[in-house]
Amino acid sequence: MDFQLLLAIFPQVLLDGITLGFMYALIALGYTMVYGVLEFINFAHSEIFIVGAFVGVELLLGLKAAGVLEAWAWPLVLFAVLLAGMIASGALAVTIERVAYRPLRAAPRLIPLISAIGMSFFLQDVIRLFESLWRNAFNLVYPSMDALNHRFELTETIDISMKSLVVIVAALLMLWALHVIVNRTTIGTAIRAVAEDQAAASLMGINVNRIISITFLIGGAMGGAAGVLFGVQYSLINPYTGFIPGLKAFTAAVLGGIGNIPGAMLGGIVLGLLEAFAASYMSLLTGGAFGAEYKDIFAFSVLILILIFRPKGLLGEVVRERA
Amino acid sequence: MKATITRGVLAVCATLALAFLPFGSGLDAQGKGTIKIATQSPLSGGQAALGEGIKLGTQLAVEKLKGPLEKLGYKVEVVPFDDQAKPDVGVANARNMIADKDIMAVIGHLNSGVAIPSSDVYKEVTLAMISPANTNPTVTDRNYPNVNRVCGRDDVQGVVGSEFAASQKAKSVYVVHDKTTYGQGVAEFFRDDAKKKGLEVLGFEGTEEKSNFDPILTPIRAKNPTLLYFGGIYDQGAPFFKQAREKGIKAKFMGPDGMDSSDLTKIAGKAVVGMYYTSAAGPASALPKAKGFVDEYKKKFGKNPEPYAAEAYDAAAIALKAIEAAAKGGKAPAREGVATEIRKVKHNGITGDIEFDGKGDRKKANYFVLEVASDNPEKWGDNKIVKQLTIAAPAAKK
Repeated sequence: MDFQLLLAIFPQVLLDGITLGFMYALIALGYTMVYGVLEFINFAHSEIFIVGAFVGVELLLGLKAAGVLEAWAWPLVLFAVLLAGMIASGALAVTIERVAYRPLRAAPRLIPLISAIGMSFFLQDVIRLFESLWRNAFNLVYPSMDALNHRFELTETIDISMKSLVVIVAALLMLWALHVIVNRTTIGTAIRAVAEDQAAASLMGINVNRIISITFLIGGAMGGAAGVLFGVQYSLINPYTGFIPGLKAFTAAVLGGIGNIPGAMLGGIVLGLLEAFAASYMSLLTGGAFGAEYKDIFAFSVLILILIFRPKGLLGEVVRERA
Repeated sequence: MKATITRGVLAVCATLALAFLPFGSGLDAQGKGTIKIATQSPLSGGQAALGEGIKLGTQLAVEKLKGPLEKLGYKVEVVPFDDQAKPDVGVANARNMIADKDIMAVIGHLNSGVAIPSSDVYKEVTLAMISPANTNPTVTDRNYPNVNRVCGRDDVQGVVGSEFAASQKAKSVYVVHDKTTYGQGVAEFFRDDAKKKGLEVLGFEGTEEKSNFDPILTPIRAKNPTLLYFGGIYDQGAPFFKQAREKGIKAKFMGPDGMDSSDLTKIAGKAVVGMYYTSAAGPASALPKAKGFVDEYKKKFGKNPEPYAAEAYDAAAIALKAIEAAAKGGKAPAREGVATEIRKVKHNGITGDIEFDGKGDRKKANYFVLEVASDNPEKWGDNKIVKQLTIAAPAAKK
């Protein structure tokens, strides 16, 4: 075993893991916010996430076709694309809630869950149908922007790309904005009130349906932003790409303590790091016996261990504390 | 009076009907039914570009060459099946195919991992399969009487790759594969022979990851191999190579024939320019006899033929010839008969002379090493052939 090599790549693996972790954190927020308010897992969130990525790529391809992609400054382009992705995904999340979940709110818990899974399949194939008709393509590729591919060499073996920096900075900004919205504004207070007790909140004059819609809007927008960042970072998307990151982000939300916003962030970063370390180090440490393909097994084994000792997640499940 | 007229009209009508009926059905009575050639390849999903090429190549062949069979009184049809590159879907489709007695031959698949279990089903009724693209050795090493292929084999292709790598003075290689029958298979042949040739193998790793290759690439970058090999198909290989270049890996890239699609450059762009890939099925542009095929294909379908389209064309041509031979003497062709006849066909096809050996391998297959010339997907056909070999199929193993 090459100890020196292990040490040399450590910072790079750390950086990769953090980038991935922030991506998971952004997606996980959608799961956790909805759970916090409705105690219900929105399994269609992985498709809300990938719709953001698709809207982003369509806009970028449109800009490229119009010939302005190179002319505009890249932060402007990126901002426009992020905004478009957020609006589309947010609107989609609100619509889904309106047509697929609200009519079932009084039904037993399992019913909206099935509705969510159905919505997830439905959206996958709608995207597939649309892209087949529109571009006759299954895989879509984010047009590369040279400025984003720039790499800052820190040392000979460690560098960080502009893309990863963008992902981290954008994620931090959005998490901060979310924190402010939830904790410092009237809407945030209303969201927290609805999460604690819907009946009491409505007696206090809060329009519960509206607050739930807003929750879906914010969670969906975060998912959409994550979708755009995912596309920018990994460049290849297809209608089924959302499933795995969605599942991982859901796991991250549970790991952090579902319903708990800082928990989702922490869970995302922990899972991202676990995955990156497992994929990079497994084959080095075991002499090739276990390769990178076992990264998920490793990451999820650690997860099970954590949940055995902390069943409510790292930071605890917020909704349960209201009793 | 009126009644008489009515009766008369009725009588005329009846006579006319009688006169026309046998004539109308006469076509059918004279015809002996329908012969169907099935294709099975992924028509949806990430590998649809290649799968579609197999379907369209077959279609073109059947349209052009169905004349003799039609003269014998048969209607000839192509029935495309979509295996979605999934073994379970392929097997389910195969079950449907063997139930349809009109299907006399199957042209497919794209993926060896799908072809192997599906051909077990075809074998139950000795339904002939001619594969345009399945390079895994197991496909023919099972000695099935009904399984043939017009392309080469991975145990040869892997070695062609490693020989070329050695000739390019590569010192060390890092091998990654997609864990499928095909990808892992060819990667292992590449690795084993590279070792024999004295190249240092720095790593051998499988991954099912489709988007985030960062954590796999970090150790590769640190180990700094001269050549990075990906055993798999372009929908995974392209983002892998793209991210490798973006991560600053300076190694030469190489892959097997799964990389052979214009989608590789569509996804990976500049990153794969100058990359080498081996192929067991030459580019249509390199085949002197395929010129007419390329033009016709373009005219008919409005796009360049993907790799394996020409192979599918030849495979379908062989199937038609064999069915014709099996239908000789006016008897209805039987599936066993078609399978036997396929092994006897000597075909001068657009990809060269084709004859099958006792286990269904093409007696002399072509192998190529190509270099990606441009990041423009439209120019995929211009990729430079840096090496071309004709190698006999290895003898059957015990």
